[in-house]
This record gives sequence, structure tokens and C-alpha cells, in this order.
Amino acid sequence: MATYNLNINGKNLQVDVDPNTPMLWVLRDHLDMVGTKFGCGIAQCGACTIHLDGNAVRSCQLPVSAVTDAQITTIEGLSEKGDHPVQKAWIEHDVPQCGYCQAGQMMTAAALLKSNPSPSDEEIENAMNGNICRCGTYTRIKAAVKTASQNQ
Amino acid sequence: MTRIQKLNRRSFLKVSALAGGGMILSFNWLAGCKPKDLETLGDPKEWFRVNGFIQIGENGLITIMSPNPEGGQNVKTSMPLLVAEELDADWENVVVQQAPLDTDNFTRQFIGGSQAIRTSWIPLRTAGATARHLLVHAAAQTWNVPSSEIKTNAGFLTHDGSGKKAHYGEMASLAASLPIPEEVQLKEISEFKLIGKSHRNVDIQKIITGKPLFGIDYKKPGMKYAMIIHPQAFGQKLKSFDAEEAKAMPGILDIFQIKSLQDDYTRTFFDTTQFTDLIAIVGDSTWEVLNAKKAVKAEWKLMEAYTEIRDMFGRPGKREVPSGLESTSSQEKLINQAMQSPTLIRRDGNPEQAFAQASQVIERSYTAPFLVHNCMEPMNFFADVQGDEVNCAGPLQKPELTEQALSARLGIPVENINIEMTRLGGGYGRRSYAHWLIEAAVISQKTKHPIKLVYTREDDMTAGIYRSRYQATYRAALDSDKNLIAFHVNAGGLPENPLYANRFPAGAVKNYLAEGWEVPSNVTTGSFRAPRSNFMASVEQSFLDEVAEAAGKDPIDFRLELLKKAKENPVGESNDYDPERFAGVLNLAKSKSNWGSEQAGISRGFSAYFCHNSYAAQILDLKMENGNPVIHKVINAIDCGLVINPDAAKNLCEGAVVDGIGTAMYGEQTFENGEPQKKNFDTYRMIRMKEAPKLIETHFVENNLDPSGLGEPAYPPVFAALANALYQATGQRIYEQPFEKHLNSG
Repeated sequence: MATYNLNINGKNLQVDVDPNTPMLWVLRDHLDMVGTKFGCGIAQCGACTIHLDGNAVRSCQLPVSAVTDAQITTIEGLSEKGDHPVQKAWIEHDVPQCGYCQAGQMMTAAALLKSNPSPSDEEIENAMNGNICRCGTYTRIKAAVKTASQNQ
Repeated sequence: MTRIQKLNRRSFLKVSALAGGGMILSFNWLAGCKPKDLETLGDPKEWFRVNGFIQIGENGLITIMSPNPEGGQNVKTSMPLLVAEELDADWENVVVQQAPLDTDNFTRQFIGGSQAIRTSWIPLRTAGATARHLLVHAAAQTWNVPSSEIKTNAGFLTHDGSGKKAHYGEMASLAASLPIPEEVQLKEISEFKLIGKSHRNVDIQKIITGKPLFGIDYKKPGMKYAMIIHPQAFGQKLKSFDAEEAKAMPGILDIFQIKSLQDDYTRTFFDTTQFTDLIAIVGDSTWEVLNAKKAVKAEWKLMEAYTEIRDMFGRPGKREVPSGLESTSSQEKLINQAMQSPTLIRRDGNPEQAFAQASQVIERSYTAPFLVHNCMEPMNFFADVQGDEVNCAGPLQKPELTEQALSARLGIPVENINIEMTRLGGGYGRRSYAHWLIEAAVISQKTKHPIKLVYTREDDMTAGIYRSRYQATYRAALDSDKNLIAFHVNAGGLPENPLYANRFPAGAVKNYLAEGWEVPSNVTTGSFRAPRSNFMASVEQSFLDEVAEAAGKDPIDFRLELLKKAKENPVGESNDYDPERFAGVLNLAKSKSNWGSEQAGISRGFSAYFCHNSYAAQILDLKMENGNPVIHKVINAIDCGLVINPDAAKNLCEGAVVDGIGTAMYGEQTFENGEPQKKNFDTYRMIRMKEAPKLIETHFVENNLDPSGLGEPAYPPVFAALANALYQATGQRIYEQPFEKHLNSG
């Protein structure tokens, strides 16, 4: 066990956990932030996507000890009032079905738009290809990413 | 014409009795229908419960209970919408609350068969209309005016003559005390204000901000985390295990053996599980439990054959479970043997003679593998067993049946069991088989802790309840004028026979033969989105494409001619489709796609199917790039009766198309010595954004027929639309799923 001071969604939070604990479980079990989802545990589905210094990473493969002083953003902190352009676009297109993968989808989309504000269709597909949506809302996700791109 | 809905006193009292607020546990399930400024009116000081579905606050805010579990079908929006419509509520001042399992107040609280809207169409509207009736009568009494002169609109009561006006909250107290009417009037369709217009998912704000909604998000003070270890292979049982090292690991509370269902328990249809002897690991956090799980050394032994005693919806039944370690190749041998001696299911005319006299006989065999549901939220459940009180919460599709199994297993009466239904991170049939709820409760009972049981993805993918493995051989006979004179299907599965013998083209062909077979297996299987139809449509619609081509006919016209025969001169009496409605979706698809004037370079496939009381036709356009299909467009033409919530309905159909293409292209579970070979998404290929269609259009047949199913009907036909388009593009027919094996490098 070791103590870690983490910067999550602009707040300093402390956890006392095994250094190998993936951020996914630090968030979900230790910090009660359950918006980041467990899907596969091997970085294949994208449900656990968070931002590490603004980049989309799979939190199931990110040990807490590797975070150091990097800034973490989770779906809970994507915006203060749920009004990030990606979130607004997700509402506009009424994207979700079951909704389970959508936090990961939105975190990937938000990171994409930060680095590439006007992505082409192909760039959207490449960026989003690591996120599985079992309900099959891909056409709406893509449309929502485009809307968010226009409304930033 | 306005429907007068007679209230069956007994059934209505069931609806109107108090819902028992004590059953709503710690989670706050309120969801505002107007996402941006949630609960516009603010919290009321007092709630008046008008009936089991409706509470009205003194300030006019209305709570509508959503009785059924929500797993992405959008019933949590569309079912309350039916209540709100007849209540004449202002949808923006409605909050939707997820009902717990409550058999006193609600019926049919489950996901399955695309039947939620169809079966609740009258009851939910009646609940709303009754509440409206009571409010109108309360206003009539208060204002001393005839009730017939009172109008309602958007949560307000008005009386033109006196100029009186009140919101529902002002009359709710009196309304709740008035006698329930003998009958109520339901609106005419032309009077609908909410039904038929698009309304957003009531949970969308919570979904996009990461609020706890799903079972896996559920937490209680003192809760411990648990995982299980099940046999590595079907045909195996737990022999022994060594957990000394694992028990000493940090954060581990205990590791012990559990028995989920007892061997002599009479199982219902949804109590499927073969792995009843399990190792349970309990600890303080998921990560610690995961690490300890890897350190447990388990030994397995071969399971003996047994007979499972079953209660098949009131009828006695059984399931023969053979011993042995099955492999994909050994299963194939058994299938090929079984299909040699099928059972006759339907026979019209003289098919043997017609085949003997035919000018041309086309015979094709099709196979499809086991499939894994792969809900994105892995199987999980919360259970807290304290003495003879049980509180559970989580995602499941058939809470009432699971409650019975749980009661029997724990020896605690159902009255003492509360099951709270969380949002499901996908269901597709998998969460009908809630053995994990029993497991969680047994672990909680032993440890006396509230327990959250979570399956890893590997547990989820290897614990069974797959879609069965299927195979079918079709034969069609054409006469010298290329008319279809006989049709023969011989279909079966391991372990389930998928055949629907009374579906199209039954009824449209004079000489018809349907036969089926089953091969027992110890691999556990169960319902999978559009059960059985998902295979039958995928192969039959591919075969009909080939028959149409042999007959020299356009594939849509060929089917339309058959449907015309089925309408004018039906063969047999138990055909379970309406040929006219079926033809309706074919014609709609044709007109929306400019059928017959395809773009250069685009290959088109057509397919159509009837299941779950609804009709779906699809046209799929693709181009081959580097040996792989790039799907440019899919057109859905759907007849599901009146559409309640059009945009959500389109979303569901779009999802069905993507899901169907993904399953057809990549879906497959295989076995080696009983062991499932695909254990996670690195080997079990799921469709991703690049492979999804660039565009999906969904068109509904406009009619005022009572609504029917939509969660499933658009799924089965798309497999064949893809297969038929691939044939147009490559000249090769594919007879084995998944298709990917036969493309590109395959």
C-alpha cells in the first residue's frame, strides 16, 4: 500500500492503495467516481477512457503509481454543468441506447476534438475505433462528434 | 373511434394499490423528462398517489413509474409516455421513476420478446386515463360544475363557462380519494399530443455526466466485492482448490466454495446455468479480489451426465445434459448425424412428389456458430442478505422469475426479498439468466456482508448462456416455367432447434416441408436478441435471394409474388404473418431506395423478415475495398404499428442493423475440449465504428395499428441483406457465419 496525491477534475484527492491498482478501480472503488466504466480490463473496449493531461487513455491499464502529478479528467469532470460541446451534441442526437459505453465514447471524442477541432470522417473513425458500442450507436456517435466539432 | 376501456376491478385494483414507497432503496432514480432544467417546478412538499403508476405533487409535478427494466430499448421513456398521454400531463413537468420489482402493482416487469409496448399499450394508457378522470371529477366537485364541461391540457384543468383553471396538483388530494370509475375513455389517435412525437431519453443527462445508473455502479456502506471462479470448460466440475496463498493476500476477507442452485431444484426456463459449484473470493476492492482470484489453484474433474428437472412455464420439462468435453469439430459431427433424421414439423401438399418432378432443385446448407451476448456492462449484482431480509439491486431482465429461484435457494419467502432494478448496460437476452444474482446472495448470506458480485470480461464470456449453434439445409423446386413449386427446410441446433415452421414462405408454396432436430449439449445456451429468428432470417433470406435468381426474378418482386399467393390463396391454416403488411414493408423499402436504379459501383442486398409481431425489410449498399465490405447505406422499412417515440425507435433500428452486421461478419464462440476459446474482446471480434454503415435510414409504415415489437425485428434480416450484397459484389455466396472467414484473408 502507498499513498498517492492525485489531481482529478481539478481537485486534489488522496488514496491509499496498492501501487499497481489501475486508475479505473481507484476511481470506481476508492473515490466513488463510477462514471468511468469497466468493460474488458485489457484496453480493448474503451469504456474506461479518461484524460491524462488531456490525452485519452485506458484507465484499466494505467497503474495509479504511473500517474504522478499528471492531471486526470473523468466524465464527471468533463464540464461543470454537463455542457461540454460533446455532451450537448450527445443530447442533441439522443445518442445512447443502454448508455454504458457512452462515457468512454465521449471522453475519446472530447480528446480528439481538443487535438483536432475539425476532424474528417476518417479521422473520427480512426479515433473512435477503439471504443466498442454493443448497442450499435456508431452512426449517432459520429454525427454527434461532427456536431460537437461545429459547436466548439 | 374512442375506445372505452372497461376496468376489470380486480386487475385495476392491482394497478391502483399503493406501490409501497419503502421498497425504493438508496438510489435516486428520478429522471426529468426535460433534461436541461431538471424538475422545473422543484420538489413538491407533498405527493398524492393517484394509482400505482402516478403520483402528483401539490405543485403540479408528476411522477410516473416506469415498470419495466431499461436496457437500451428506451422503455423508461416510452412506457411513461403512454401514461402521460392519457393523463394529459405536461411532459416537461413529469419525472420518471424506475419501479422496483413489485408484483402487487405491476405485471410483466421484464425484458423479452419485444413485447413491452405491445402488452402495455392499453393498461398504461388506462392508468393515465383513470387518473385524468379522477382529476376531472375532483375539479367538477370543487367548482360545482358538470365534469363533462371540464377540459384538460398539459397538466391543467379548465372550465370555460366559469373561467376556472387549476393545475393538477391543486386537485390531486381530492382526486386520490375519489372512487375508481367502472370504465374510462381512451383518446383517439388523432387526439394524441405526446405519442408519435420524439422525446429524448429521460436518463440522458445522467448518462452523459457519468452519474451512477447501472448495477455495477451500485454501492452500499459496508459493501464488499466478490468474484467467482467457474470451471474452465463445459463438462467439468470443481474437484478441489487451494486458496491458502490467495487468502493471505491484502484486502481478502475469505475464499470459499458456494453452491448456487441446488441439484434437486426444479428450474424455470430462465434458471439456466451449468456451473453451480463455484469458488467465491470476497475482499475490500475489485483489484484485490482480482489478484487473489489469479492466485487460487483450482482442480477440475469431469462432470457426469445428468437430467435437469425443469418447470417450463407451468409444464413439467427436463433438459438432458450429456457428459464430455465438446469441441467445435466434435459438435459438427453430431450435428451432421442429427440432421439425417429430423422430426416432421409441417407438411403441406406433396413435397416429395414435387421435388421428384421438378425441373430444377436448389439445395444449400448454412451454419452459424455459438454467439456471446457481450453486454458492455459485465454481469454483476448487489445482494444484502441479513437474517431473513434480502435486498438486491442490479441489472436483470426477468426479476420476478429470479426472485422465485432466489427465494427457493435462500429459504426466504418472496415477501422478504426486494429487487431494485438498475439500468442495464445491455441485455440482449443474457440478463434473463440471473444465476449471478443467486451467487451474490449466497455469498452475502455466508459472509453476512452486503456483496457486489462482478464478473470479469473473461468470466462473462466463458460462463455460458450462449446463442445456440445452428445449421439448416434448404431445398427449393422450380418447374419448367421457373415457378417455385416446393420448399423444404431442415433446421436444427446444438442444443436448440430454431425453426419457425409457420413463417413465410410457409403459406405461399403449395408443397412445403419443415423438419427439425436438436443435439443435446452441455454448453448452456439461452435467448439472444430475436431468439431463433436471428438464425432463420439470416439463412432463409439468403436462400430466397438465390432462388429468386434461379427463377430469373427480381428478389423483391419474387417475394411480393409469393406474398400475393399467401394472401389470395394461402396454403395451410396456421401461417403466422399478415401477407399484406409483409408486402407493405417490401414496397416501402423499394420506393425509399430507388430500387432498380443503383449507383455505379454499389452492390445491393435485400432481405425482409417478420418476427415479434413486426415486419422489417432492409436494403444494404456496399462497396468492396481491399477485400472487405465498406457499407455505405442501409435502409430500414419497418411496420411496427403506431410508432410511440419516432427518434428513439429509429435509434433502436439503427442499432439492430449495426449489431446484425457485426454478428454476421465477426460473431463466434468456439470450443476446444469444452473450453470456450474466445475470452475477451482481443479474440472475440466486435463491430467497431469503421465497419458500421456510413448511413442508416429508417422508414416506418404509417398506420394506426396497435404498436408491436421493435427491440428485435430489425436485427434478424440484416445478416442476409449483407450476405446478398456481398454476393452481388463478389459473385460468391457465403454459407457459413461469421462471414469474415470467407472474405479477404479468409
